[in-house]
Amino acid sequence: MSDKRTFTCIVCPNGCTIETVFDGDKILEINGQQCKRGEEYVRQELTDPRRTIASSVPISGATLPLCSVRLTKAIPKREIFNVMREINKVRLAAPVSIGHVVIQDVCGLGSDVIVTKNLPKATEA
Amino acid sequence: MERRDVVIIGGGPAGLAAAVELKKRNIADVLIIEREKQLGGILRQCIHDGFGLTRFGESFSGPEYSQRFIDEAAALGIDAMTNATVIDLSPDKVVTVAAQDGLKRIQANAVILAMGCRERTRGALAIPGSRPSGIYTAGVAQSYMNLYNTMVGKEIVIMGSGDIGLIMARRFTLEGAHVKAVFEVLPYPSGLPRNIEQCLNDYDIPLYLSHSVINIVGDKRIEGVEVAQVDARMNPISGTNRYFPCDTLILSVGLIPENELSLAAGVELDVRTKGAFVDESHQTSVPGVFAAGNVLHVHDLVDFVSLEAESLAESAAQFIREGELPACGIALTPSPEIGHIIPQKISGTRDFQLSLRVRKPVGKCKIVVRQGEREIKSVSLPKAIPAEMIQFAVSCEKISSGEPIEVSVYER
Repeated sequence: MSDKRTFTCIVCPNGCTIETVFDGDKILEINGQQCKRGEEYVRQELTDPRRTIASSVPISGATLPLCSVRLTKAIPKREIFNVMREINKVRLAAPVSIGHVVIQDVCGLGSDVIVTKNLPKATEA
Repeated sequence: MERRDVVIIGGGPAGLAAAVELKKRNIADVLIIEREKQLGGILRQCIHDGFGLTRFGESFSGPEYSQRFIDEAAALGIDAMTNATVIDLSPDKVVTVAAQDGLKRIQANAVILAMGCRERTRGALAIPGSRPSGIYTAGVAQSYMNLYNTMVGKEIVIMGSGDIGLIMARRFTLEGAHVKAVFEVLPYPSGLPRNIEQCLNDYDIPLYLSHSVINIVGDKRIEGVEVAQVDARMNPISGTNRYFPCDTLILSVGLIPENELSLAAGVELDVRTKGAFVDESHQTSVPGVFAAGNVLHVHDLVDFVSLEAESLAESAAQFIREGELPACGIALTPSPEIGHIIPQKISGTRDFQLSLRVRKPVGKCKIVVRQGEREIKSVSLPKAIPAEMIQFAVSCEKISSGEPIEVSVYER
């Protein structure tokens, strides 16, 4: 039994349209990818689709009320909202800088949540 | 009056990249003027990742991408005036700035326009109905959510499939709102395919093509929108009306280069790009005034904004040293299938980078650059869509006369 499916690769801005014929997690035919990362993407989508997410968390003592964060590695798609729940618990205090780990190994998924913005302490005006 | 070699108007990705590259080319006296308190431009609120894939081979968030350039500018000792708004630019390159310590006038030898773009609003679409609260452009909603910790609504409808609207559809969903649908008046999406995939399809948000909001309902706060399918001429088809209750309407219906200052300086604008007419050096019709980034033509990727801004530095530096640049007398024009091209004129004596967008999606195709009967360059593509800017280098070797050059696309 084989199935056909068209993928839009999200690995890079090219966004290749990839036509595939597959059986379970086995790719039988694949066309349209401009590089080999496209095939890896399709294989990943068939077996274990993964995504990165970005969000923001409240911060005190900075010029802005929010600090942006993101994951260092893609996580299984089905875990996105579990990870969001953990991110939503975080509270930061200025100063913070890019790369600061906010949650290590979030939900045991092997990905860290890191700060993506430099926010120094707000100076008194 | 204060004098400067180069004044850069706008401290976003285009302005920062131009500044760094000019400094590296030994133009010491560079000043960036930025309206906001911090440098970084719109990237400050673009907290999603995917920036820098082309340039750095890594996926950064917007703030991380811009910080790389901010740090480099700081390390090179580039002057930046923040919290300062340029209110006038004269044809002889006098920049008038409303700064914290008062009004200033600066005489620049060269000016780089890097003001970015603005969002089209409800007014531009002329959507009928009442005027309740709860209607935002996608970028405004993005700044509320990502900078100021303000959620815009819970039951959301998005009009327009521009990239910022798609990115915000995902963002709203992650923050617990319900995005009911995205409506696009055109028969194809305006945003990049990868954003349709990872921002809509991943979260089961439906996209309705050839659909438009035809009425807004609500007194104080928006209560819902009436939507209809449209025909090929974008007129609503009777009998297809549907009502979608919602508390928020997001508009993601296009970006327009911000050129009020350019007009004040007498810079000629192209009706196709809504940015300046430029030559291969990105010099505008006013000698010594250059433009790069979204103020020139709206880009899909910041990586290409940075590259474009860097590429003008060499010519800007030459202008400062020599007081003029080679004449560019060869006109470039797009065929009707092509929406716009940059540059619009060239010297014919230097290689140049050509940027363009097709008007409608085409499959396997060939882009041909031709001077009279002579083919100067051709590029084959698996597909071309309006959402993706096409860029390639063109060698001047085959340019042999001053005849106009035409850029065409042929479907195969």
